[in-house]
Amino acid sequence: MSTVTTATATATATVLAASPQTSVSEAVVFWIVAPVAIAAALAMVFSRHAVHAALLLVVDFFCLAVLYAAQDAPFLAAVQVIVYTGAIMILFLFVLMLVGVDSSDSLVETLRGQRVAAAALALGFVVLLIGAIGSATLQMPSQGLAAANAEGNVIGIARLLFTRYVFAFEATSALLITAALGAMVLAHKEQVVPRVSQREMSRRRFAGAHPTPYPSPGVFARHDAVDTPALLPDGTAAEPRPPVLEGSSNQAGRAGDPAGPGATGSGS
Amino acid sequence: MTPAYYLFLSAILFTIGVLGFLLRRNAIVVFMCVELMLNSVNLSLVTFARMNGTLDGQIMAFFVMVVAAAEVVVGLAIIVSIFRTRRSASVDDANLLKY
Repeated sequence: MSTVTTATATATATVLAASPQTSVSEAVVFWIVAPVAIAAALAMVFSRHAVHAALLLVVDFFCLAVLYAAQDAPFLAAVQVIVYTGAIMILFLFVLMLVGVDSSDSLVETLRGQRVAAAALALGFVVLLIGAIGSATLQMPSQGLAAANAEGNVIGIARLLFTRYVFAFEATSALLITAALGAMVLAHKEQVVPRVSQREMSRRRFAGAHPTPYPSPGVFARHDAVDTPALLPDGTAAEPRPPVLEGSSNQAGRAGDPAGPGATGSGS
Repeated sequence: MTPAYYLFLSAILFTIGVLGFLLRRNAIVVFMCVELMLNSVNLSLVTFARMNGTLDGQIMAFFVMVVAAAEVVVGLAIIVSIFRTRRSASVDDANLLKY
């Protein structure tokens, strides 16, 4: 038994010795940045607040940009910072503010035992991945990018992108246009009633029964839909009403209705 | 330290993304976890490019970034339109197809 262990240890040692070692400075960078990346990712998963999660994800993307730069990919490091932390995360925060920061996670477990099962699955998955990667790549020789980056990383990437991958590059433009169109179609809201001016809105509001603003969504009720109605303070379901749309039309119609807010929903 | 350590880090980050995807209920946070998974795969692609001595892996990571940007735009538009009709960004509330 001990001979087997010794043999395995020697084999591992030879493998490790034969495998290419990175420079000391790169190892220092890696051991500083990698724990930060893992900690930020874990904190992102477990933070209750969605904005905190977004900011921690920005930290993670910065760490990955540093690791790209350490691995002879300065172009991708720049693109990572510009595209991900600059554009995509801003888009995330923008939508987060649009949807409402208050919409935090529900703590109710809809499937029983789902959290434990997810944690067990993740643990098994990471063990499997690390084992597979370790057995497959620890002895793999690393050739380095010195030859490929001989005339500069950006020039090398451009040479490949516009020769061998030019068709994929052109297909990307179609993808981007489709995505932009899709976003416009999905986020577009049809104006079904004529726009109400501010003067008319304030007049209707003070003529109605509810001059103060309505509570913002999520204060009294987290849901107000047909299947999950909002609950009144005594626990009974509120009578259904159409969802409050942004803009003026619905609120003005509701406030201007002399029969009160509930009559609009039950009548239609 | 060998370049394989980057792959270990990538595996760990991917698993954290999977964990968040399974655990969280807020659709936007779920989306962020998907982004984390995409980025960890990018890290492994860059590492493979370095191990093989060619730039093809970096090109592939570049295309992954482009596709991720398109995916984020469409996905966030879907979340906004769902929120507009249902007043909620929780993935548990979009369940009408279930019945």
